[in-house]
Amino acid sequence: MDLDRSRPPSAVPSLKRSSERGARSAIVAFVSTVAFFGAFAVVVVNSEAWPAFRNQFFNGDVFVDAWPIVVSGFWLDIQMFVVAEIAILAFALLLAAIRALRGPAFFPLRMLVIAFIDLIRGIPIILLILLLGFGLPALRLTGVPNSPLFWGVVALIISYSAYTAEVYRSGIESVHPSQVMSARSIGLTQTQALRHVVIPQAVRNVVPALLNGLVSLQKDVALVYILGVREAVREAQIITARSFNYTPYVITAVLFLLISVPVARVADWYTERDRERRAGQS
Amino acid sequence: MSTKLELERVTKSYGDVVVLDEVDLAVADHDVVCLIGSSGSGKSTLLKCVDLLLPIDSGRVVLDGDMISGPDVDADLVRQRLGIVFQSFNLFPHMSVAENITLGPRKVLGVDPAEARDRALGLLGRFGLADKADDYPDRLSGGQQQRVAIVRALAGGPELMLLDEVTSALDPELVAEVLGVIRELKDEGMTMLIATHEMGFARDIADTVCFLDQGRILEQGPPERIFGEPIEQRTREFLERIISAGRL
Ligand SMILES: Nc1ncnc2c1ncn2[C@@H]1O[C@H](COP(=O)(O)OP(=O)(O)OP(=O)(O)O)[C@@H](O)[C@H]1O
Ligand SMILES: [Mg+2]
Repeated sequence: MDLDRSRPPSAVPSLKRSSERGARSAIVAFVSTVAFFGAFAVVVVNSEAWPAFRNQFFNGDVFVDAWPIVVSGFWLDIQMFVVAEIAILAFALLLAAIRALRGPAFFPLRMLVIAFIDLIRGIPIILLILLLGFGLPALRLTGVPNSPLFWGVVALIISYSAYTAEVYRSGIESVHPSQVMSARSIGLTQTQALRHVVIPQAVRNVVPALLNGLVSLQKDVALVYILGVREAVREAQIITARSFNYTPYVITAVLFLLISVPVARVADWYTERDRERRAGQS
Repeated sequence: MSTKLELERVTKSYGDVVVLDEVDLAVADHDVVCLIGSSGSGKSTLLKCVDLLLPIDSGRVVLDGDMISGPDVDADLVRQRLGIVFQSFNLFPHMSVAENITLGPRKVLGVDPAEARDRALGLLGRFGLADKADDYPDRLSGGQQQRVAIVRALAGGPELMLLDEVTSALDPELVAEVLGVIRELKDEGMTMLIATHEMGFARDIADTVCFLDQGRILEQGPPERIFGEPIEQRTREFLERIISAGRL
């Protein structure tokens, strides 16, 4: 897309003026932001409740005690996140691919996948974590892991895969049927057409939606705290129960923010770039 | 001369609408047969039925002596023996030109990637596209995209090419380069069944012209006769409409 070419020459001076105006408004925005939050901070810090508030949430001694423990719990959150995300992206794609197969031979498999997706999407994720995380280890089955951590992560994978499969499906449906016809016409089988022609285009179309899911999973891994898994939230809860101080929770929140804010920014940046690329193409 | 393709009483309907009505058609080896007829007469449907992209309701399709219609046929195997090109190119946008062309040979025929690429480059060179091998389709003009689509259909070594209005989506100045490719294929002896609105081209290249009307082949014969002295009233009306639209 080349907008400059269509812009009349007379527009150039006004363009320059508008960029000066842009610089001035940026300065105004900066000054007013600093003034506003500065005034807000002064009011808060000088209020009567501030010392108690600070002690409750930003206590230095508790911070020093809790930091290494919460950080090591957070490391477990990150590991769960990475393992679960990889499994979700793969498993959900398999579900969506099965759902996209046509023909009577695949009917039973397709129905199974649809029933699975509907069922899982209808259950609150926390319930699934409780059911699998407490229920399955209690069975004491041989040859099956007994750790709540394992089943908690499995519950996350199952739940997120059902949603992610629907994301992939919308991508698959966005690929024009003539692409499938072309693929079949050069002799590809249905599964080859799906694998080489439909899915690569479908995945490209849903990367922004997949990134959204990633941002949300990064926080939801903390839900397995309810099983007693000693990740960051659980560690913070234990310390808080002992010290009657909420600083460990603040530490946990900051740790999650350190990851999720950059990821959200990258996701936004990518989505925007992708949108521009598409606009430029058509 | 033996028959490459034969349709016997082929019928196809969408619900109550009969789109192909007991069509009989034969294409001899190395011959070019052009299908003409107004929009909706069933030309595209006929080509897709031959390529088994659509199931027929009744009748028989015979390719080089093999019955290819019916439930026991491996459609994927048959499609390797045929090449089809559509009006709207339908190149795979996420693959380079060379990848588009080698996908079929690599995945279907199991040709070694390097060898498939060599062959693709050879074909591209013959049709003046040698420098486009590693470009993506959205970088090509419509005429170039359509020539790539023809090369892609040729890459599997088809016995018969099916072309469905391959120039209709092109700007007028790009039509000639695509028609040139088809002429070249005819000179090499390729058997082709071509649906077209380009009457001048049909008159020029066809050994036989078939006039399709409401799903039936109303009249067929050598181009001089169909265009010169059509027998059927509806053929005459169709050709008059074409002439008054300035397309003949
Ligand atoms: N999927 C479909 N469902 C129902 N009717 C269809 C479908 N596809 C095509 N038809 C109908 O079948 C008839 C023949 O269509 P076809 O595309 O074969 O005509 P055509 O001769 O290729 O026309 P054109 O010159 O416009 O390409 C038309 O009446 C069309 O409306
Ligand atoms: Mg058509």
